[in-house]
Formats: sequence, structure tokens, C-alpha cells
Amino acid sequence: MKILVTVKEVAEVDDEFDISGLDIADSSLEYDLNEWDDYAVEEAVQISEDNDDVEVVSVTIGPERSEETIRMALAKGADRAIRVWDDSLEDAQFLDVDTKAEILAAVAEEEDPDFILSGVQAGDDANGATGVALAEKLDFEWAAVVNALDLDADAGVASVRRELEGGVEELTDVDLPAVLTIQTGINEPRYASLRGIRQAQRKPLDAQGLDDIGLDADVVESPVERTDMYEPESEGDATLWEGDASDTASELAEFLRDKGVVES
Amino acid sequence: MSVLAITEHRRGSLRDVSYELVTVGRELADELGEDLELAVIGGDVDSFASDVNREGVDTIYTVDEGEEFNHGIYAQAIEQLHAELDPSALLMPNSVNGLDYAPAVAESLDLPLVTDVIGLEGGSPVEVTREQYGGKVETTYDIGEDQFAITIRSAEWPQAEADGDAAIEAVDVDIDESALGSTVNGFEEVGGGDVDITEADVLVSIGRGIEEEENLPLVEELADALGATLSSSRPIVDNGWLPKNRQVGQSGKVVTPDVYIAIGISGAVQHVAGMKGADTIIAINKDPNAPIYDLADYGIVDDLFEVVPELIEEFGGEAPDI
Repeated sequence: MKILVTVKEVAEVDDEFDISGLDIADSSLEYDLNEWDDYAVEEAVQISEDNDDVEVVSVTIGPERSEETIRMALAKGADRAIRVWDDSLEDAQFLDVDTKAEILAAVAEEEDPDFILSGVQAGDDANGATGVALAEKLDFEWAAVVNALDLDADAGVASVRRELEGGVEELTDVDLPAVLTIQTGINEPRYASLRGIRQAQRKPLDAQGLDDIGLDADVVESPVERTDMYEPESEGDATLWEGDASDTASELAEFLRDKGVVES
Repeated sequence: MSVLAITEHRRGSLRDVSYELVTVGRELADELGEDLELAVIGGDVDSFASDVNREGVDTIYTVDEGEEFNHGIYAQAIEQLHAELDPSALLMPNSVNGLDYAPAVAESLDLPLVTDVIGLEGGSPVEVTREQYGGKVETTYDIGEDQFAITIRSAEWPQAEADGDAAIEAVDVDIDESALGSTVNGFEEVGGGDVDITEADVLVSIGRGIEEEENLPLVEELADALGATLSSSRPIVDNGWLPKNRQVGQSGKVVTPDVYIAIGISGAVQHVAGMKGADTIIAINKDPNAPIYDLADYGIVDDLFEVVPELIEEFGGEAPDI
């Protein structure tokens, strides 16, 4: 059985940051493995540990810098990794849902996985759409926002729980092959062990360009164009208590007493 | 051309976002000079159509297929409606279920898709606004095609309230049952337990800022000192540090206490959805740009590990060693 896990290096923004053109300045960004994808990797690795003959392949779209992130997936137990990037991706203003799904679908067609795990969303763009779009492109079944997974590979069915709003879960059977988008909390992602990190350096990490996966530069063209990025004006008019911690705590305490939360 | 919005229901009731879609759909339809059409798919479609028949809606199409949401039925029904009605804009909710069919529908119909939209301006091109990087920035996008798909963030637009006089039309679609690759077997309420945070008058709520499970006694002590109930944002529950019944937010509980003290909580939109109805919101967070301050009535921009022990002492308690 082969599981493909899509992972993304996401940019996290410092508390203070600058905007440069239509994006946040590189100097204000730090990069990390997308939180949701961390859970997807863990789920795939747990399945490979509980079953014989499971290969976990992780795939990412990203520049060379992102190899550090995808090596985290290898360190946590993925068997090999594929990274797709080239000049046309580098030059693109941003990659929309369709472009990402097209690239991942090309890799999936090459790899022919039994199913695909993906994070529900990425912490930076937060489209929340790539996994389901990928399923549609591959003509796979899918389930979005999965927070429990019970796999019956022989029957070709994944029994999942989908986390709906308001503390309600939907119990659904999904035919394989499928793309499942994984919600945080489904498991407890492991830390990469030192041994895992060392082993990850020796695991295959295959860098491919669009040509290599049978796509051309047109794939980055999008009818959706980013036109502006700005810090939203604060809608709030919060009264801020200022001073050192004992001053501010004292102000808050007085407020809570006045409010009758605690007896004065 | 028209604006076509897909309503949402669950377990026998329309969800609020359906009425919000009427508001945003009408605004966009006015700017584009088009009609607003709604689709109601599955469940008690006649009753839902009657409920959502609000001012500004021109036509409501009912598709009587399936009892509950099934993404395969939704995708097939919307694709057929789209082919027949040829709308310019396809509006869908950015809900868990919306995200379970909207990307597939957009892909299948070859429509550009922008999700989680918080602002929309009709014109040529249509301009949409969304948040990125956890709400730290807003971005605008031009959609350079006449037909497109958008998912709408809930609670960004008011719910349409006035009664309407839309035409209601039943539509037959051909659902290919053999193509439905998923089966919904039921629902389950999660996170019962002995504490009901929706009943609390005062909530001390903790988020990622607490850093380690070992630090939790600090806020537990504060909650005790205040006679408050302890709740949390999602990461605390994901980490297993508190049970699910303590989670405030979109996928947790919606709470409406008199006082909500958000400690180390940045204020992600999913969390805000659960607590914005609190009467007084107090935030303690060291990041002055945290979105929670857009909502808070009072705040202390400081390290919670400095402020909370002082607060505990203010109320005669003793901060635990952590």
C-alpha cells in the first residue's frame, strides 16, 4: 500500500512585520512545516507502523529552502519525498488552488497511491481547498476535515469522522482511493528523534521541475490576481491597562471587583 | 446571468450562513445588475425554501435529493443547476461542508475559486478580500473571469431578515447513485462531560500562549480564585491538555458569558466564532497585534506569566510554582 502525503512549508509572520509589494517581506517570515500537514504525516506514519508493506511518500511544492521542512516529514517516518519547483513557479506571483492541485495531481498520477492525506488547510494562505480539488482532478473520492480515521484497506473503505461546527461529528464511509484532509487533534504528532533526523538525511528526496511531471509553465497562469496586501485597520477600541504586571493586574482586579465577578 | 447561492442545513434546520448568503448575494447581484437565485438541496426542501424566502431573493430552486448533506449529491446537483442557470457568481458557505464540495464543484466546472472571502465588490473584474497569515494581513484579488466560485466566511455579513416573495421552483436533477463514493452513517455530539461552559457567567479561557501542559495549574488557580470556569481554544484540546467539552470556537462551543478572559489566545477566526457574544471580553496577550484585540473591551499587552500570578495574588490566592 502506498500513501501520499502532501505537505507544505508555511510562512509564519513575526509580531512586527513589513509588507513588500504584494507580500510580506521575507525578513519578517519564518518557515515551518504546516501544522495541519504535521498531523497528516503522523497519521500516515502510524498506518505504516500498524500495517505491513506500507510506503509513505511525501510531496511538496516549494523552493530548495523547503527541503528542510520536507526532511521533517522524512525524520518522522516518511520513506521518501518529492519536491516540485522550477523557475516558472519561482516567478509566479502566487499559486492558486487549481495550480497546486494540478501539480499534486501530476505527481499522484505518477506515484499511483492507494490514498492521499493532506492537511485541512495551510496556516498562511488558508484556502482549505487544495485536497478536495486534488481529489476531483484525480477522480478520487474524498472527505474534508477528518478528525478520526479507521482504515479497512482490504474492503477499500476509510471510515472517518468529519468535524463539523458546534461539537458535532459526522460519521462517514469513504471509498478508496480517496483524498482525506486531516484536521489537527486527530493524533499526537511525534517529535523527530535525533536518529530520525539522521536517517532523514539518507532518505531519497527527489527534486522535480514541471517538465519532469509532464506539465508546462502554463499551469501557473491564474485568472485570479492578487492586487493588494495590507494590515487590516484595527476594528477594536479596547481599553488597554498599562504599566508593569502588578499595575495592570491591579487595574484588572479592580475592574472585576467593580463588575461583581469577585467580592471586593 | 445571475448570482447563485447554495444554502446549508443540518439535522433539520437551515444554518445561519444561509441567511448571510442572502445578504451578500443580494449586494453582489445589485452591483452586477443581476438576479439572486438560491438553491436548497436535500432534507425538507419546501420548509427550508419557505424559511429562506427573504427580501431580495428572486428565485429559490429546490432539489429534493437526500436527507442530509452528501457531497456527491451536492456536487452533481450544483453542476447541473450551474449548467442550466449559467450564473456569473456561485456563492457557497466556507463551512466544513462547504469546503467538502466547493473545491470539487469549482474544479469540475472549471471555475476560478476563492475561499473564505470576507469582502466582495462587484464590477469588472470582481474584487474579493480575504485574510492571510492568520489574520495578520488582508489581501485583495481580482477575478479575471465572468464566471467564478466563492466561499463566504460566516458571520461577516448580517443575516437577511425581512420576508421575501421569491418564486420557488422544484428542479429535477439526475443523480448518478453509482458515482456516490461516500456514505454518511450518522452524527455524534462530542465532548459531553460534567462541565457545561455554555452555562458559565465568567470564563477564564486559555490558548497556545500557555506553552506547556505543566503551566496549566497557573490558569486553573486563577479560575478558582475568580470562581470562574476554565475553557480553552483549540490547540489546548488538540494537545489533550483539556477535554473537548472545554473548547470554545467554531468546532467547539459557542459561549455567551458576562465576562470572558482570553489569556494567551491570539483570536483566530475559528475561536472568535465561539466567544464574540460574550458581554465583556478581556485579553491578556503579549502580541499587541493579536486579532483578539479587535474584539476585546479591555486588554493587558504583557506576558501572561508575569500578569497571571499577580492577578491570583490580587484575589488572595497563591500562584503555583511552575
